[in-house]
Amino acid sequence: MSDQLYQDRIVALAKAKTGAGKLESPTKSARRDNPLCGDRVTVDIRLDGQGKIAEIAHQVRGCLLCQASASALSSIAVGRDAAGIADIRHDAERAVGRETGEAREPFAAFAPVAAHKSRQECVLLPFEALKDALS
Amino acid sequence: MSFNVQAVRGQFPILSEIIDGRPVHYLDNGASAQTPLAVLDAVRTYETTGRANVLRGVHRLAERATDAYENARAEVAAFLGVGPMEIVFTGGCTAAINLVAYSYGSLLKPGDRILLSELEHHSNIVPWQMLRARAGIEIDMVPVTVDGRIDLEKLPGLLTPRTKLISLAHVSNVTGAVVDVGAVVAAARSVGAKVMLDGAQKAPHGPIDLPALGVDFYVFAGHKAYGPNGIGVLWARPELLDAMPPFMGGGSMIGRVTFAETTWAPPPRRFEAGTPPIGPAIGLGAACKWMRALDWTGAHAHEMTMVQHLMDGLQKIDGARIFGPAGLQNRYPVVSFMLDGVHPHDVAQTLDSFGVAVRAGHHCAQPLMDRFDLDGTTRVSMAPYNDGSDIDALLTGVRHAAKTLR
Repeated sequence: MSDQLYQDRIVALAKAKTGAGKLESPTKSARRDNPLCGDRVTVDIRLDGQGKIAEIAHQVRGCLLCQASASALSSIAVGRDAAGIADIRHDAERAVGRETGEAREPFAAFAPVAAHKSRQECVLLPFEALKDALS
Repeated sequence: MSFNVQAVRGQFPILSEIIDGRPVHYLDNGASAQTPLAVLDAVRTYETTGRANVLRGVHRLAERATDAYENARAEVAAFLGVGPMEIVFTGGCTAAINLVAYSYGSLLKPGDRILLSELEHHSNIVPWQMLRARAGIEIDMVPVTVDGRIDLEKLPGLLTPRTKLISLAHVSNVTGAVVDVGAVVAAARSVGAKVMLDGAQKAPHGPIDLPALGVDFYVFAGHKAYGPNGIGVLWARPELLDAMPPFMGGGSMIGRVTFAETTWAPPPRRFEAGTPPIGPAIGLGAACKWMRALDWTGAHAHEMTMVQHLMDGLQKIDGARIFGPAGLQNRYPVVSFMLDGVHPHDVAQTLDSFGVAVRAGHHCAQPLMDRFDLDGTTRVSMAPYNDGSDIDALLTGVRHAAKTLR
């Protein structure tokens, strides 16, 4: 049932707003729009000398799922490079049922989204923006 | 006698469905309306007793199909108060606008101008941008007032001798505001421009007297007007249709074909290349007949009572704001609102858990959202078969979203 979608853990991730905002001098920035629903995510990153994320910030104009995902992603992105981010994307894909296997935290919280195919892109949009920023 | 909502509801089988233990509170009519038995029966009758191609065969089924198809054209024409041969069946409302943009557009010259408004659906923006890229026309835009109406005071200042067409939504799919057609037509005539109305959100609310409106083109969608998917309507003045070249080539739209030369059939067949959507057209004919039989004075009063009920209820919810006209005058029952601190998609998703279907997002009107710096709105779009219980269920869901999601 849809009323189970907004479970406390997802709402808490969104409200935490981890990484919400802008970086003063980002190494790279990228914006992604979902043309179907209009959700929009901008990600700023500062990279260290090894191509790993030293700092991350995001601005989300989108739904609670998108905000929660951006918040979760920001909470574990620092210290990872493009391959490391691709690795944790599998957790998001597993949580929403697009890949088999168990999702690790914090993305395990998104398991209720598996039953709502039309909302899965909301969870993945921050990953798309971050991928662009890292490319 | 008051409007009998129950009698109307009884004609729509889906409204008595129970889904996941909840009744259907369908308030997404602006996206697609539900279909009455009269339409379902008409399509079934065609498919089971008269299915064949039209205009070609001499056998009895082909004659039945052709009769039913042309009767549907006559029903649509009666709904609009025009002649049957002025009705072109298309694949939808978008297809109808594209037909005009391509065909009428091919008669325009570089530097000619088309005037749109800031609240148009993308389907009344993008085809003109494509024409601009193809033919070098220019696009002007009438702004929108803070209450979501096309600002007609700005219209005269935007007209030029090069303005050839004003194309506007008859009723906004976001705010429900109806445009003052008389003012638009008068302004257009002052520079010799034509007027097209996108009637996608107007046609579902009863018959339209096109001769009285005085416009030149009118389009609407079947599926928003209680008909099937895959069918739309273009009406244009006969002299315009006569002057317009075909949009697509193929069977049915020709006079005579040789490898040296092909001549065109007269309208409307000139614009109906290939096998048309016969069953959907027959269904739309039945929908127009059904709408003509409805008491629209009563239905409109009923719809406006629901709008008032909705507005009163939203006013009592902290942070709920209407986007669009605040009153009941010059509007139709399409109401957009925002809930501070909760994204429209999350409002809509919560409403779904209460059995309430609405639309949320940009409503294919991104320029309007940009103008007001909105992420989107939650849109409640009503039909005569809705009732107070639908609005009550919606308000309960909005209160729940306000309580749990911010």
